[in-house]
Amino acid sequence: MDQISIDAVGRKEMTTYTEYPPKGYRVRISTYWWLGRWAYLKFILRELSSVLVAWFVIETLLQVNALIGGPGAYQDFQGFLRNPVVIALNIISFFFILFHAITWFNLAPKAMAIRLGGKRVPAILIALPNYAAWLVASVIVAWLVLRG
Amino acid sequence: MAEQIALEVTRFSPERDKVPSIQAFDVPLRKEWVVLDALNYVKDRVDGSLSFRWSCRMGVCGSCGMMVNGEPKLTCATFLTDYAPGPVRVEPLKNFPVMRDLIVEITDFLEKLSKVKPWIIRAKEKPLSEGEYLQTPDELDTYRQFSMCINCLLCYAACPVYGLDPLFAGPAALALAQRYNMDSRDEGKSERLDILSQHDGIWGCTFVGECTEVCPKHVDPAGAIQQYKLTATQEWIRSLLMPWGGKR
Repeated sequence: MDQISIDAVGRKEMTTYTEYPPKGYRVRISTYWWLGRWAYLKFILRELSSVLVAWFVIETLLQVNALIGGPGAYQDFQGFLRNPVVIALNIISFFFILFHAITWFNLAPKAMAIRLGGKRVPAILIALPNYAAWLVASVIVAWLVLRG
Repeated sequence: MAEQIALEVTRFSPERDKVPSIQAFDVPLRKEWVVLDALNYVKDRVDGSLSFRWSCRMGVCGSCGMMVNGEPKLTCATFLTDYAPGPVRVEPLKNFPVMRDLIVEITDFLEKLSKVKPWIIRAKEKPLSEGEYLQTPDELDTYRQFSMCINCLLCYAACPVYGLDPLFAGPAALALAQRYNMDSRDEGKSERLDILSQHDGIWGCTFVGECTEVCPKHVDPAGAIQQYKLTATQEWIRSLLMPWGGKR
């Protein structure tokens, strides 16, 4: 609400009353807020990685489906895998999945506050079994793939 | 003349301006001066109309949080010399409405804070004659870190979720709720669960983790929220398996 008053020497003065609580000035957040800071960009990449994890899952399901379909279907599927676009997508997916796994394992100790003997278990002791399980699973897969 | 550093400060008058602007001041660059000293120098010697909040000057009151060169900082603990040769840009805390110059409106946080019931809830208070509620050092240690919060709101300024979705309860309120959840004297966990496990509560958090990075008291709000997500999930499974009385 504005009110105009005239002071002793005849100047016009405008008094402005602000409502309470006043609204204040709100800064609009840019659509590209995540580009300005490495921590934010890393977060967006981590979120994005789940899309590529989903892609690997779909690819594996398609592979199983082709396996059920017999030798012809499996050969077609292998042809699909040889497509340069698919190879490029799989290479990109692989790095995103590594990023996904590492960031996930490193965040695990934050969510798990385990206390033993009155002390909180150190972060490394929670992250390490995750990495160990990953290693064991990778060795088993490598053995399955490479033995024949 | 002593060495100077340029201080670029946000100016905004709700009566006069449509949008905030930046005003530059030259201030002495002294080894022992923090950004808050520079602001007080401007207010005392150059322009008394410059408005900002501060009180204790020693990282306890949580009043002087501002953006310093784009980072949420307690200005009483941020040395000018770390930004030499300058300029140092001081802006109001991000994600809050600006009231005047460097002052932001924090009612939204205060309302959210009271919603999560950050106090000890007892099913039945025992009479004073029975003495205080006792606690062992180990029991204190489980929540001590979360009790260090000074409500400076640097975590809200660092949280993009709060910036994009103002309904989100936010890091400090959730960490303080967890502080009382973990207190051995508290019996209000199930009361808080209904409030905290809403979409705008813990599940609004996408674990960006910057709240923990900027916290001047090492509270780790991101950790508190993730830990509570685990608790809420366990409670949810319990209520599925035991619909009649699974909730503790």
